[in-house]
Amino acid sequence: MSDPVATTAFDTRPDTSVPTESPLAWSYHETGCPGVSQKSRVVLRERAMLGHLILRGGAIALDEALREVLGLALPARPGGLNHDSEGVRSIQWLSPDEWLVIVPGGEAFALEQRLRNALGGAHYAIVDVSGGQTLIELEGEAARELLMKSTPYDVHPANFPVGKGVTTVFAKATAIVRRPTEDRWELVVRRSFADYCYRWLLDAGEEYGVGVEA
Amino acid sequence: MFHIYCPYCEELREEEEFHPKGQAHIARPVDPEACSDEEWGDYLFFRDNPRGIHHELWVHAVGCRKFFNITRNTVSYEILETYRMGEQPRFTAGHPEGKPAEQVAAEAEAVSRQEGVKA
Amino acid sequence: MSQSLKQPNRLREGGRIDRSHTLHFTFNGKRYLGHAGDTLASALLANGVDIVNRSFKYSRPRGIVAAGPEEPNALVQLGSTEAAQVPNVRATQQALFDGLTAQSTNGWPNVQRDVMSLVGKLGGRFMPPGFYYKTFMAPASLWMTYEKYIRKGAGLGRSPMVPDPDVYDHLNQHCDVLVVGAGPAGLAAALTAARSGARVILCDEQEEMGGSLLDSRELLDNQPADQWVAQVLEELARLDNVTLLARTTANGYHDHHFVTLHERRTEHLGETAPVVDDYRPSRSRMHHVRAGQVLLATGAHERPLVYANNDVPGNLLAGAVSTYIRRYGVVPGNRLVLSTSNDHAYRAALDWFDAGREVVAIADARRAPDGDLVAQARERGIRIIEGAAVLEAKGSTRVSGVRVATIDAAAFKVTGQAETLACDTIASSGGYSPVIHLASHTGARPSWNDEILGFVPGLVKGVHAAGSARGIHDLAAGLADGVAMAARALETLGMTSRAIELPQIDTRREGAACGLYQVPHEKPTLRAPKQFVDPQNDVTAAGVELATREGFESIEHIKRYTAMGFGTDQGKLGNINGMAIAARCLNKSIPEVGTTVFRPNYTPVTFGAIVGRHCRERFDPERYTALHQWHVENGAEFEDVGQWKRPWYFPTIVNGKKETMHEAVARECRAVREKVGILDASTLGKIDIQGPDAREFLGRIYTNKWEKLAVGRARYGLMCKDDGMVTDDGVTTCLADNHFLMTTTTGGAAAILEWLELWHQTEWPELNVTFTSVTDHWATMTITGPEARKLLAEISDIDLDRERFKFMDWRAGKVAGVPARVFRISFTGELTYEINVQANYAMHVWKTLFTHGETYGLTPYGTETMHVLRAEKGFIIVGQDTDGSVTPEDLGMQWCVGYDKPYSWVGKRALSRSDTRRDGRKQLVGLRPKDPAVVLEEGAQIVLDPDHPVPVPMVGHVTSSYYSPTLDSGFALAVVKGGHQRMGETVYLPMADGKTHAAEIVSPIFVDPKGERQHV
Repeated sequence: MSDPVATTAFDTRPDTSVPTESPLAWSYHETGCPGVSQKSRVVLRERAMLGHLILRGGAIALDEALREVLGLALPARPGGLNHDSEGVRSIQWLSPDEWLVIVPGGEAFALEQRLRNALGGAHYAIVDVSGGQTLIELEGEAARELLMKSTPYDVHPANFPVGKGVTTVFAKATAIVRRPTEDRWELVVRRSFADYCYRWLLDAGEEYGVGVEA
Repeated sequence: MFHIYCPYCEELREEEEFHPKGQAHIARPVDPEACSDEEWGDYLFFRDNPRGIHHELWVHAVGCRKFFNITRNTVSYEILETYRMGEQPRFTAGHPEGKPAEQVAAEAEAVSRQEGVKA
Repeated sequence: MSQSLKQPNRLREGGRIDRSHTLHFTFNGKRYLGHAGDTLASALLANGVDIVNRSFKYSRPRGIVAAGPEEPNALVQLGSTEAAQVPNVRATQQALFDGLTAQSTNGWPNVQRDVMSLVGKLGGRFMPPGFYYKTFMAPASLWMTYEKYIRKGAGLGRSPMVPDPDVYDHLNQHCDVLVVGAGPAGLAAALTAARSGARVILCDEQEEMGGSLLDSRELLDNQPADQWVAQVLEELARLDNVTLLARTTANGYHDHHFVTLHERRTEHLGETAPVVDDYRPSRSRMHHVRAGQVLLATGAHERPLVYANNDVPGNLLAGAVSTYIRRYGVVPGNRLVLSTSNDHAYRAALDWFDAGREVVAIADARRAPDGDLVAQARERGIRIIEGAAVLEAKGSTRVSGVRVATIDAAAFKVTGQAETLACDTIASSGGYSPVIHLASHTGARPSWNDEILGFVPGLVKGVHAAGSARGIHDLAAGLADGVAMAARALETLGMTSRAIELPQIDTRREGAACGLYQVPHEKPTLRAPKQFVDPQNDVTAAGVELATREGFESIEHIKRYTAMGFGTDQGKLGNINGMAIAARCLNKSIPEVGTTVFRPNYTPVTFGAIVGRHCRERFDPERYTALHQWHVENGAEFEDVGQWKRPWYFPTIVNGKKETMHEAVARECRAVREKVGILDASTLGKIDIQGPDAREFLGRIYTNKWEKLAVGRARYGLMCKDDGMVTDDGVTTCLADNHFLMTTTTGGAAAILEWLELWHQTEWPELNVTFTSVTDHWATMTITGPEARKLLAEISDIDLDRERFKFMDWRAGKVAGVPARVFRISFTGELTYEINVQANYAMHVWKTLFTHGETYGLTPYGTETMHVLRAEKGFIIVGQDTDGSVTPEDLGMQWCVGYDKPYSWVGKRALSRSDTRRDGRKQLVGLRPKDPAVVLEEGAQIVLDPDHPVPVPMVGHVTSSYYSPTLDSGFALAVVKGGHQRMGETVYLPMADGKTHAAEIVSPIFVDPKGERQHV
């Protein structure tokens, strides 16, 4: 294996503009988006078309490379979630040798290449999963109670401070639940389950006047 | 519904996140071809079903995806400990109250010297 | 409809009801009035309704006995419309609302005149325990018929026949301390834990929190008890760390302090949840609570005494009498006789007297009762008959009198001459049983406490009982116990408890209770009038005695033989009495007889609450591919494959008629074999495998060889478990020297990823390799058929030359402008390109293929056509043509087994076991029906000789069977014993309809046996 970048990495984004569909495209079409009103105690917002990378490998090497390339420290503790100063790039602990990086759309491939260069001969793996999942934000005073209806994981602030993220059960599917800020929660859901999760959120959130910001 | 401490996520999680994978510490014979049919059959099909302390292999399937072991009392369903792959249990049928600390340390030492950690 | 506007038993004042707020309700077709704050039971008693039901077996008239969940008789069917029907609601736990409509659960055609009473009267004595088993057992085939009528007669409530308009939901809760029960001990405990900063949940099953304090005669800090309750609740409600759940029953105590709480959110407001602002709130909510520590302050249930005819309406628990008077302002009669074994029950007589009605007498089983409450009764001039008990109630539809006599409880003998007293109500109390149900759910055995004459809960780690729930019935002591137990729970959690100041309560002297369960009668139990132990299940003292005589000694067996404590009752009212009687008959003590195990749920829970929001279109997740919308818009019929919705076939309209599946599949098959078809294959599992040891890992987990697979090439692989049985298959591609993309079956994706991790983490951690699911990241579009190359060439920059992009190669390039990996693999036997693009761009690529596809006759096809095409080629589907007992050799796939690989790969050793080597294993073959019009049934059994006498030896079965448009014939894959040696033989398939099909065993490859078409 001479040049890992050339043989392994694969930029899945077209260089010309082509129509795209986020994992919730069908849901918007079929189920629609209830509007946000004064009564909305929780608001949903999809952050579509972001770059999602899975990093595998040893924490020390990955931490060094990540600091160099992204200026972000690798969360060493289970459940850790770090954001950059702009709050748009993040890295989350998934397992002792697995992390999830989320960056603005279009940055993923360049980031992957820079990481590969920085990592050199270390044992690691980087997998682009951008097409396979999407991020849904939840905001509002009822967001936590909506999560309580949906996940058995304890989302009380005492157990779920800002800067935490966990992979857990969500209704009858699974999701990554994250708390990037005091008032905002994020769900990272798999593409094929996204419609189910969306319909679940609208149903369970009806009580809180749930609205969707397109 | 068990409440299981994942030794990798380092917190208690709901049973829904885990899959049980049967009896723990069933190592695959190093040289399967050298096994008699009976030995191979034992490895494949025969498992203990003790009343009391039992060591089980579980995986944090909806979580960190790591396998680990649980020492569980099959009567009270109490989980006495969970431990990572390659580690040895502190609570055993011979030591239902837990092995002495020195013994645990010595066993850990022995494990750390092994090449490639086995189930 | 008749109407009763009077409430003859309602007091002018007192109680916690709102007399200014009148509510209408209907019971058994008759209209009544009640007040806000009533339960259905208190309102029925206020209206003087004596008979609320007919008994289960004997069809005897029954009245209200209790005021809480232990009520055995007042089970009603709720609902004025079909959709609102709720069966088996306890009238004592149903808050009254305006318009409530209820019917007796039992009693057909009605409670006053009852057909079954004839059976009861005739049967009477002839219906011992086991009656139904013994009488209606034979012939067994008729049991279903008997049962239908017995059930209808007995009446067990019925489910609604139309959909429920209500919604239900679940809430996952977590807390440090869960306190069950908001009586004195529970409130004291919750306040202690709350002030100490713990996350606290306090739940109580009643309409209001406060428990016994709501009808207490005691003063707390010189104020009525309910004022203290209000103060505490107000403080708890203000605290952020406290969740208060009224109308919430802790129904099940599961492993590791997982407790299910059933909150009835709107059942006090109407029969369906009232719609507010276009929104219908959930009718009830199941809280799934994971608690650090659990404090059970569930109180105690009073035990009735067991005496003759103790089931005639007008027999109540003493405590229930007090509750109805003090809490609801209802005196359920005029002339009371109290029969008691303890001081506490004297409250019923005092409350009755103070309400201005007559207390005829108190029969106290003790010789010289002398507690403070006894003294208060004497002060009021109430007659106390010492050393006596009510032997027998008189009356049929309402108590008309009692026979009282002195007794010797220990010797179980009537000692004096019976005296008959006229009365219309009998209150009885045989003591108090701690409510140990929840503790019992944990598996912990309760233990008998001689001091309180009751079982106290056995406790597992982290569970604490407080107050009456562990036999501390004294109020001041119960409050202090709540504080102490909360402190203990907090200490276990490593928290410091902050003391609370307890209210001052006047100490009261209480005399010791005596043990009395079944009251002796002049006649032996078997000949005395019926003495009911468990009225809900019509279990009598005689029944229990008979069971012991018939040899049942274990209380668990007696329970099952007599049905004691069955059903919704779960042993709340009668269990201890039943055990006491069994103990007496067996000459044992109660603890020696033991107690039965209580199981969840404590009280019945509606299915809606259990299901929550996981119903209708959210019953199970539906997984969609990125192309789902196109499939829907193009008329696809869908098939469920695991949780995926996959297009099954795409019917078109021909001459104004929609094609049948058969027509559509035939058309789709022809398109693939003659032109080009397209399949959405995105659901296939895809696992990204990276690492320097990836290749070594593949060699160990797959049956075939991987060390020489070059970058740019793909290979089919077969996976076995270590028992040698095929478990999955798929194509794995070498993307780079240390980078592979594995595909798995659609259904196997998650399990195979876990399988790979299992081997890596537990057996081969030294291998440097990682696995990541990319199933959802890539969308996969399969174009297949002779025209596939021409079509792809129009929109791709990849060099498709047949020599440079061969079968089992993959190439990267652009398709419709989108970066793609294209694989030349084939599941149809035709020239095929599998196009993989990032899923967000898939719809564009798919639509572009169609824009260019018309020229080539591009036809979308679904899973059914896929199945036909692959079966024509003899390609297996794991899980359809295999069932976990099939080896690669059974499938004739030795070409896919690397016998000489150096590592003993998973499954290899098992292939040399005697069982996998033996003759006569079922092997995969093709079947060609003799009649080409026949499509054999999948699962049909195969025999060699249809004329063989029954039982006919079966040699195999059909695993896949279809009609092939290419062959214009039915064809099938099957597993047949020794099948590989039976080519050309004829076998037979006898069908359920009596027909027998003949078929010839042939090669499983029906089309293009040399595999030339996929190489073009």
